[in-house]
Amino acid sequence: MAVANPAREIPGNRAFRFGAVIREMARRPSGLVGLAIVGGHVLLAVISPWIVPYDFTTQNSHLVLAGPSPEHWLGGDHLGRDVLTRTMLGGRQALVISSLGTLIAVLWGGSLGLVLGLIGGKADDVVMRVVDAFMAIPWILFLLLIIAVLGTADVVLIPTLAFFYGISVIRISRAATHDVTARDFITAARARGERMWTIVWREILPNVRDVLLVDGAMRWSWMILAFSSLSFLGFGITPPTADWGLMIANGRGYMAVAPWAVLAPIIALSSMIIGVNLSADALAKTLGIDRAQKAPV
Amino acid sequence: MTGALVEVNNLSVGFTSAGGATLAILRNVDFSFGKGETVGLVGESGCGKSTLALAMMGFLKSGLRVLEGDVLFREHDLFAMDNSALEDIRGGDLALIPQNAGQALTPTSRIGRQIEESVRLHTTLAPERRRERVIELLSQVRLPEPEELLGRYPHEVSGGQQQRVAIAMALAGKPEVLLLDEPTTGLDVTTQAHVLELLRDLASETGTAMVYVSHDLGAVARVSDRIAVMYAGELVLQGPAREVLRNPAHPYARGLLLSIPKLKEAVVPSSMPGRPPPPDAVVQGCAFADRCTMAGQLCCDVSPPLVSTATGEVVRCHYHEKVENLPPPKAPRQGDGRSRDLSDTVLRLDEVSISYAKPGVIDQILGRQPDVTPTVDDIVLDVARGETLGLVGESGSGKSSILNTIAGLRPPRKGAITFENDVNLNAPVDRRDTDLLRRIQLIFQNPDASLNPRHTVAELLAQPLRLYFGLDAGELRDRSIALLEQVRLGSHYLGRLPGQMSGGEKQRVAIARAFAAEPELVLCDEVTSALDVSVQAVILDLLMELQARHNAAYVYVSHDLAVVRAIAGRVAVLYQGRLCEIGPSSKVYSLPSHPYTEVLLGAVLEPDPDSAPVLMAEDAVELSPPARGCPFQRRCPHRIGTICDTTKPPWQKTGDGHAIRCHIPLTDLERRQRRADSARRP
Repeated sequence: MAVANPAREIPGNRAFRFGAVIREMARRPSGLVGLAIVGGHVLLAVISPWIVPYDFTTQNSHLVLAGPSPEHWLGGDHLGRDVLTRTMLGGRQALVISSLGTLIAVLWGGSLGLVLGLIGGKADDVVMRVVDAFMAIPWILFLLLIIAVLGTADVVLIPTLAFFYGISVIRISRAATHDVTARDFITAARARGERMWTIVWREILPNVRDVLLVDGAMRWSWMILAFSSLSFLGFGITPPTADWGLMIANGRGYMAVAPWAVLAPIIALSSMIIGVNLSADALAKTLGIDRAQKAPV
Repeated sequence: MTGALVEVNNLSVGFTSAGGATLAILRNVDFSFGKGETVGLVGESGCGKSTLALAMMGFLKSGLRVLEGDVLFREHDLFAMDNSALEDIRGGDLALIPQNAGQALTPTSRIGRQIEESVRLHTTLAPERRRERVIELLSQVRLPEPEELLGRYPHEVSGGQQQRVAIAMALAGKPEVLLLDEPTTGLDVTTQAHVLELLRDLASETGTAMVYVSHDLGAVARVSDRIAVMYAGELVLQGPAREVLRNPAHPYARGLLLSIPKLKEAVVPSSMPGRPPPPDAVVQGCAFADRCTMAGQLCCDVSPPLVSTATGEVVRCHYHEKVENLPPPKAPRQGDGRSRDLSDTVLRLDEVSISYAKPGVIDQILGRQPDVTPTVDDIVLDVARGETLGLVGESGSGKSSILNTIAGLRPPRKGAITFENDVNLNAPVDRRDTDLLRRIQLIFQNPDASLNPRHTVAELLAQPLRLYFGLDAGELRDRSIALLEQVRLGSHYLGRLPGQMSGGEKQRVAIARAFAAEPELVLCDEVTSALDVSVQAVILDLLMELQARHNAAYVYVSHDLAVVRAIAGRVAVLYQGRLCEIGPSSKVYSLPSHPYTEVLLGAVLEPDPDSAPVLMAEDAVELSPPARGCPFQRRCPHRIGTICDTTKPPWQKTGDGHAIRCHIPLTDLERRQRRADSARRP
């Protein structure tokens, strides 16, 4: 008998390799579109200071609420600034703050959830009640309070956002850990006499990592939205820095006369969020977390 | 065949892989049966038996499609029917009894309502007559007090009763065909015997044709007129049950039968080398050729046709007439018959009791222990160096609890555990020193759960080596390769993840991981229960070999008496967390026995057309042990009176370390058992 058995790829059950995951994501339509959008936005954020056609603060009285023209593709805003320039620059702050914020949120929330899930008992009970209490508070009110007291510098915004988003990460990570701790390989590790740190790091983390990654990707898009909401309310970014949330807030009064000044940042912001969401969705499917995707047999 | 009820013609079923190739799960299956026939469909996991059974209902799992052939039910093609026609047939004329009845019943709906629904859908009974019919169905499956059962929820009855409820539901439409997918696999030995006897009776009472899908030849042997054996998606052998079990004309069926441990022989059965080809393998010639000892060039080139033999079997083998004279693929290994120096004790348990009861808040404040009957009580055991002690009992008998307590995962409530005569093992695992941890290792039932799915074999083996011996990277690799060799795996397995290996390979890695610690005591928790029989034989053989090499003692927990007979020199029988009988296995497996041992041994099913199980005690499941007296008092067939309820029975010794815990004097017990035995087997 001749048996040809090509090395079989088992998705979701192989060692994690970044390149392989990105390639697998790009094979799905949602992943391809999502990655392209996010990649485009990141690239733009990095190189925009060098390629913008005008200065983002220069006010041109001829351009006040002017419509699109060959010189100014997206027209001007209420102060006569070039909308295209400001839209191209407007995502930089949001991207940096939300990326850092998400990273910190997943790190602290994820590790706390992991430890709580493993040790359980009284400490778990107490911390989870505190978490519940925090989740009951409308975060935006709390955020406004902190910002009102401490100001809107990045060093305030990032930890504050990270703190509030990390709280819901605790729940996710704790639940994912519970899923793993009941399995025999954790019992085996305990019976072998492994230290708790080794069990968390080597036995549990590799099994909850995928969940945390996908959750982090979803949270990233929410954090971009949260940061833009703050800017919209006037708490995020100090003018005249270009920012989508701020641009939408400033332009909305002139929506009837100069819709492009609002539409441009809205499209930029929503495309960014949709891109991140699509990528997160494709990531979940690639890693095999998404249950809706059926196996061939 | 004309007049067949269900006819499967040249059926191939497959799916399209991610790579775009068409892969077949079933290949050119021809199968049919007529009214009132009972057919067993046997094969190891992944051979396509469930797919075939479901296809006989016109159902395919999502992603699968018919590649060629058809399935006829009363000469109508099931796969050509529309959905509403199929719905009329399914559940009505063709009923399925799923493997896990506990999951198949709706947990939030009362049993009465669920069965009534089937009655409503598949009969034309008037609403007021339905209740009567439901009760009739429940009594038909021998459920006690059916009226009272109507109002219960599925979780309020035992596993065996759930299975009976599922059978009652399937019978509601008075089906012509019952398809049973592993109907007794998750059940205890005694319950399994009861359910199978019930099915046998139902088949003869109602004249329903039954198809049993099972990996267990013993179970199938008891209930089938005809047996069909599947291998790698093909039907390789079909014939009258007696012929298939006695003189199988296919080498695979023969190997399968030889790899089943027998109750009467203390030998590890002979094993078949190799493993079935994966579904995506391109098969040319006979699928079994690379595992077959008599395969020739013809087998590798030409797929064998189905031929009929003189004994009425239909077989897919070029050399079927030679099968009878084949030597076994590997000679059976003699069991643990060596006499050991029992004074060299490795492990001693002295009046150990284990309780899962948690003290309430008030008890905690007052420092009181809750006054409940402990789950496991009064365990006195010792294990000598290099010997295997089998621990036998049904689910809930406390076998695993005892192992966990020895491993330090759950400290005992009372009693003393000592290791090597002087080391106290009452301490939990985090208070034991590294060397002590190293000397006691655990192997789990299911390697899917006990191996971290994210670790490669190299990482899995490195964990104990690093923890206990502090090896560096180069030494780790050499030691890991040596360990893999001991469990007969090549060094190329180092880079594999658990998901890329078969069940047997995974369990070998788990065994290698335990032996990496160079243990003196290995605790084996049902290590072969999740494996196919042919793989089980290999693992048992491997365990014996490793024991001889390392002189390690095993405590081998299992519900399977035949497996324990094959591997253990001494056996302890547990019921409800209490010891009933202990001694050398030759003594435990012969009379006189503790009544519970007798019940257990009677319920064992063997792949022998002439062996019938002996049903003695009720198969009612007890949830908690009685507070006083003999633990087996409620089910004992030999109960002698109130003394059984009130007084703890004494240990009666017969010599050779064999002891039975029973009030009945041994000579009397043996006489009763012999009389019962001869009355049952004329």
